[in-house]
Amino acid sequence: MTLLDTKDAVIASELPTNEPSPEQILRRRIFGHVGFMIGAVIILTIVVLALLAPYISPHDPYDQVLSRKLIPPIWFDSPKATWDHPLGTDQLGRDYLSRLLWGARISLLIGFSAMLISGVIGTLLGVMAGYFGGRVDMVINFIITTRLSMPVVLVALAVVSLIGSSLTVVIWVLGLLIWDRFAVVMRSATQQVRALDFVAAAEALGCSTSRILATEILPNVANHLIVVATLEMAHAILLEAALSFLGLGVQPPEPSWGLMISEAKGLMFFDGWLIAIPGAALFMLVLAINLLGDGMRDVTAPENRN
Amino acid sequence: MTGRILDVQNLSIDIPVPGGMLHPVQNVTFHVERGETLAIVGESGCGKSLTSLALMDLLPSKAKRTADRLILDGIDMTTLSEHKMSDLRGNRMSMIFQEPMTSLNPAYTIGNQLTEVMLRHKNVSKAEATDRAVWLLEKVGITAARSRLQQFPHQLSGGLRQRVMIAMALMCGPDLIIADEPTTALDVTIQAQILHLLSELQREFNTGLILITHDLGVVARVADRIAVMYAGEIVESGTAIQIFDAPTHPYTQGLLACIPIPGKTPRGSHLGSIPGIVPSLVGSFDGCHFASRCPHVHAPCRSGSIAMREGLEAGHDYRCVLSPEQSAVNYASEAAQ
Amino acid sequence: MVAYLIKRLGIAVLVALTVSLITFSMIYLSGDPAMALAGETATEADIRSIRQFYGYDQPILVQYLNWLWSALQGDFGQSHYLKKPVAEVIFERLPTTMLLGACALTFALVLSIPLGVLAAIRPNSLIDRAALTIAVVGQAMPSFWFALTMMLWFGIYWRLLPITGTNSWANFVMPAIALGYYITPGVMRLTRAGMLEVLQSDYVRTARAKGLRPVTVLFKHALRNAIIPVVSLAAVQFGFMLGGSIVIETIFAINGLGFLAWESIQRADLPMMQAIVLVLSIFYIVLTFLADVLNAWLDPRIRVA
Repeated sequence: MTLLDTKDAVIASELPTNEPSPEQILRRRIFGHVGFMIGAVIILTIVVLALLAPYISPHDPYDQVLSRKLIPPIWFDSPKATWDHPLGTDQLGRDYLSRLLWGARISLLIGFSAMLISGVIGTLLGVMAGYFGGRVDMVINFIITTRLSMPVVLVALAVVSLIGSSLTVVIWVLGLLIWDRFAVVMRSATQQVRALDFVAAAEALGCSTSRILATEILPNVANHLIVVATLEMAHAILLEAALSFLGLGVQPPEPSWGLMISEAKGLMFFDGWLIAIPGAALFMLVLAINLLGDGMRDVTAPENRN
Repeated sequence: MTGRILDVQNLSIDIPVPGGMLHPVQNVTFHVERGETLAIVGESGCGKSLTSLALMDLLPSKAKRTADRLILDGIDMTTLSEHKMSDLRGNRMSMIFQEPMTSLNPAYTIGNQLTEVMLRHKNVSKAEATDRAVWLLEKVGITAARSRLQQFPHQLSGGLRQRVMIAMALMCGPDLIIADEPTTALDVTIQAQILHLLSELQREFNTGLILITHDLGVVARVADRIAVMYAGEIVESGTAIQIFDAPTHPYTQGLLACIPIPGKTPRGSHLGSIPGIVPSLVGSFDGCHFASRCPHVHAPCRSGSIAMREGLEAGHDYRCVLSPEQSAVNYASEAAQ
Repeated sequence: MVAYLIKRLGIAVLVALTVSLITFSMIYLSGDPAMALAGETATEADIRSIRQFYGYDQPILVQYLNWLWSALQGDFGQSHYLKKPVAEVIFERLPTTMLLGACALTFALVLSIPLGVLAAIRPNSLIDRAALTIAVVGQAMPSFWFALTMMLWFGIYWRLLPITGTNSWANFVMPAIALGYYITPGVMRLTRAGMLEVLQSDYVRTARAKGLRPVTVLFKHALRNAIIPVVSLAAVQFGFMLGGSIVIETIFAINGLGFLAWESIQRADLPMMQAIVLVLSIFYIVLTFLADVLNAWLDPRIRVA
């Protein structure tokens, strides 16, 4: 068979199959889905570590001990390395492990909150557009298109620079900017569900709109919502990191991972771990969230699988 | 010119599925003479479409095809490489599918799609291919053929698209055409036209035609010979007259009994049906596949494999333990009810 | 097709106007823009003169209309910091960002489309898993970290590529990769999904039944249809990249629009900030419109209605 032979993909849909029970299917899917399991385990670990940070951090993340600055992590072959600072210290003598743990709290907090805010806005807009259609849909589509036309990072930076940056500001700016994906996905999901017969049946029975939305529409678009929510949380975390990296996110001395990378970039040639460690942490967290989100999509609606 | 254009012996398809090995097609044997129409009749899922795909070698690599003989006009297809096989497809042997609405590529004109198959297989110029396309479009009853070449599929109705598909199948002058439920997706009025067209063209070009369908009404009009398929096996085969006059296999009898005949079937009587469902074809199977639904089932039906045997006339074979005379008696008494 | 495009054009213009309104009102987030511009050590007189010079003393609607009117004629006002017309500075720096964006897009497409196609014709094979892994990893990597890491390895340790400036084509390699990789997963997945769907379509089955060669089936029949949504996505992503270039340009010290935006934010150069956001938004709107045009042209069902 040559490389370009399309034999396998063509006509695969015409083969007959056998089906086990629905519960079995779900359980098999969840535990058999490698990505989902890996993502879930990693996220759980990070969340637990973040929650316990105040109790398990070896040091105070803000504590500067200049005499102990730039100690490399213990896996380095250096006389300075010590178990007292397993991940080393930064240029101000602050313990990196502690900063990493506390930084997790910031990333998770901002990611989750921004996701909530944007989720509420986007879902409201999307569901309304999908359910009511017509002029409502046109207007909301216009709003979405307008939002999509604006460069998010730039606008976020500009707004934060004008208002002043803080944790709350960052959360709200991100939340008010990244709702577009929610709106688009929820709109299309609502449209699909709305066209189904059981909604027509509910309407024929005379159910009020709010009741239909709550009992017929929402439960059936919930799985899409969860998938988008996880992916947008990851998106928010990356955006906050970028903002903090550029100095317009979380402010020092807070241990935001993006900020830690930014503070260390001048030193990266000699003390590379200073950017490698928080970067790797960001990567792991976002990767895990993405795996979880993709996994949820595969598990709840495999027909949408990539 | 007569003679066998297609000879198929013991064609089987095996597909590994979760739960074992699926045998959707088992030891199917039939042949098609040059210029004749063989109808393969059966319900959904009996394996008739897979059989046609197996002939064209268009099954995915997971599926295994085995056959004692698979010969197209003297060419042994069981040993052909994919490359050589693709030389045959569209050229010596072509296929018409069920869904005319989606079987044409929306991005290219029908002229492009018609000429490409000839340009692929024959050493002709673009102009020659175009001329033939126009000639064939007119043959299939499409007016203003030359200007139609510039049209896109979405600009044509379902019936017109199916005519284009037929023209496309004829572009290279094949010896065999396989039509898989060509009229099922069309309006009833168009169905008759398309069938008539197929039948005429087949006679004019002297091609063999395999017509796959679940509709016995269709079959009665155009088939020279009929093969009835059930659960992956051919259970009866013979000329159209033999099958309709003296259906010998209980399944065939059941099928014919399902058709209400205006004037004959009494008003208010029940529509005939065959109770039960098709058995699972995963793993090995003992006995007759139709046993669970057969009104005349008895002990010998449930064990061993049932072979084809000759019926009341030569060339009329069926797969049942009952003798042809016993079967005829059964049929007569059922008809009287 | 024409009616379809005119409608899209109309919407595009409306969106552009709305964006201009939002962009314009952004500067009022800081409270009094005149004070922001004047700085901390300014006197009351300074602030008043700035206010008059920039017209901040007029009603907001009037200010907006004036600004819009000038903007339509290419005049975005004066940069308070650089003492040069904003438009001049922007159009000086724009080509660099466009070039960076084009390189990044090229890199992304050259990588993701072939990968997507290969993954689709060999589903669940090694190459499919490799492609999906690349997609998943690419989506999780923070762009600035990726950029810095590349800089460290390719620029410093191995000394293969220059790390700052824009002197030669080599300067654009790392920034293009850093900017482009982020859209690679999306394009690859869409190509793969599109191809998978198209390869199972009836018309591809017809193409195979006609005995056409595998290459013909793959490219002429399958990809031609699968690529349509990818084209739209690529155009849209190009717009995102232009907006997101600020991080990359800052790291690699590339003198483009993103870097200019960064500098203006630092300097609270409000007219410049407004203009950049507006210009990038307009670009994005134009790109989406072009994507619509391309979409309509590629799909005969729209082109020849």
